Amino acid sequence: MIKLQHVAMSYGGKELLSDMSLSLAPGSFHFLTGPSGAGKTTFLKLCYAELLPSTGQLTLFGKDALGMTRDDIAGIRQRIGVVHQDCQFLEHLSVEENVALPMTVSRRPVNAGELHELLGWVGLKHRREALPAQLSGGERQRAALARAIIMSPDVILADEPTGNLDWEMSLRLLSLLTELNRMGKTVVIATHDLNLIRQAKAQVSARVLRIANRRLQHAGADL
Amino acid sequence: MRAPLSLLKSERPGADRVVPPTGFTARLTLLTAAAMAFLAVFALALSLATGRLADRWADSLARSATIRISAPPDQMEAQVAAVLAVLKTTPGVASDRVLGNDEMKDLLKPWFGPDLPVDALPLPKLIAVTETNTGIDSEGLRLRLQAEAPGAVFDDHTRWRRPLVAAAERLRLLGLMSLVLIFGAMAGMITLAAQAALAANGQVIATLRLVGARDTFIARAFVRRFTLRGLAGAGLGVLLGMAAMAALPSANEAGGFLTGLGFSGWGWFWPLIIPPVAAIVAYGATRFAAARMLRRIR
Repeated sequence: MIKLQHVAMSYGGKELLSDMSLSLAPGSFHFLTGPSGAGKTTFLKLCYAELLPSTGQLTLFGKDALGMTRDDIAGIRQRIGVVHQDCQFLEHLSVEENVALPMTVSRRPVNAGELHELLGWVGLKHRREALPAQLSGGERQRAALARAIIMSPDVILADEPTGNLDWEMSLRLLSLLTELNRMGKTVVIATHDLNLIRQAKAQVSARVLRIANRRLQHAGADL
Repeated sequence: MRAPLSLLKSERPGADRVVPPTGFTARLTLLTAAAMAFLAVFALALSLATGRLADRWADSLARSATIRISAPPDQMEAQVAAVLAVLKTTPGVASDRVLGNDEMKDLLKPWFGPDLPVDALPLPKLIAVTETNTGIDSEGLRLRLQAEAPGAVFDDHTRWRRPLVAAAERLRLLGLMSLVLIFGAMAGMITLAAQAALAANGQVIATLRLVGARDTFIARAFVRRFTLRGLAGAGLGVLLGMAAMAALPSANEAGGFLTGLGFSGWGWFWPLIIPPVAAIVAYGATRFAAARMLRRIR
């Protein structure tokens, strides 16, 4: 699905990530940890081709990322749902319109019933006409998750999704992600919250990846 | 043409709303399109008017000529009769007419005033000649006049008609060049406005890319908006321009060229092509700006 072979990433002459090799299998659940500034976000950006490797090979759904056109990358992103810490909403659109955005940009018809069902699943049915600025931190993250999964992607990448949430809301978001994993989705969560990782142990078989000194270390054991 | 037209209908309300309204660039585009269309109406009017003038001068003067007879008073009548006799047997002459004293007085009035004693002056006689469509063999007629009436000089107006027609043609060309420059300037301004809008919406573009939007979708959202603004602004400018043209004094002899600057008859429909042309210019300019900008954002 997503495969990195000896991938390195440099920016401005400085190497941010070195010799990374990893293969994300379908239906797997990974936590990506490491100190702030270790390169977790850079790693995730490689996974959805916002950044391309300086050296090594990155394969997304069987295609070499370096050989992809911009349209190819757009197609890949319709198969990868991304949840950012800052959510990246279009602030002038309602929650409902933001959640439906991946359908809109791919020119697919939006089924109102399914959309409302999805909003209900993340607990935002009553907030569907609100603007993003009117949402709380937890509501924003859940809306971002709903947007990430509306196209039923194969992979969900979440970058510090609980960074601004209280513990109760973090657990709620985690349970949504583990439920998606049980549906067969591949999930990668970048976080430095070890309590969250421990909590996930009870719900799902997850592997932990750690970025330290620019390299990927496989913790190996299931939590 | 199909692409700009297809832009006018939005395929889905949501698709049209992904780009937030940007007041500054919207106003700038509208104002630019309106101002340029207003100027384009005048450039078009200038082109059409000078075209009409060039045609009129070329047509009417090409078929008229003058014979001037300068002779001592006692020979004048005989030479006039000789010239008229020559003209009667010259192929290509539709009519001829000796100008009377009153007509001579009218001709000289602008220089000498209304009280000129024409009878007391040794003025030459003038014969106005109208040619048929086939025209006169000017050189042949000159040779015959030289033989029959030595005081007669044939003037087919070529000498001063040509520079006048050439000047009118140049003015027409200048009008057309002005139109090209106006639309070029409009394209430049709209490109800048579109670039400003794209730069101001960098975060929107990043979000659209994140959720899998292709370049064509993102570009289309901007292009549609700017095309419609170009169309609306140009429509407004053309309306104002046509109103201004309608307010110009109507054509008359005393005003000459200046009062004939407006449109006439079917010519009033010509400015209506300006808004669609402006829309096409806006479409092309925004597509260019969007393609260039999107290539730089991954």
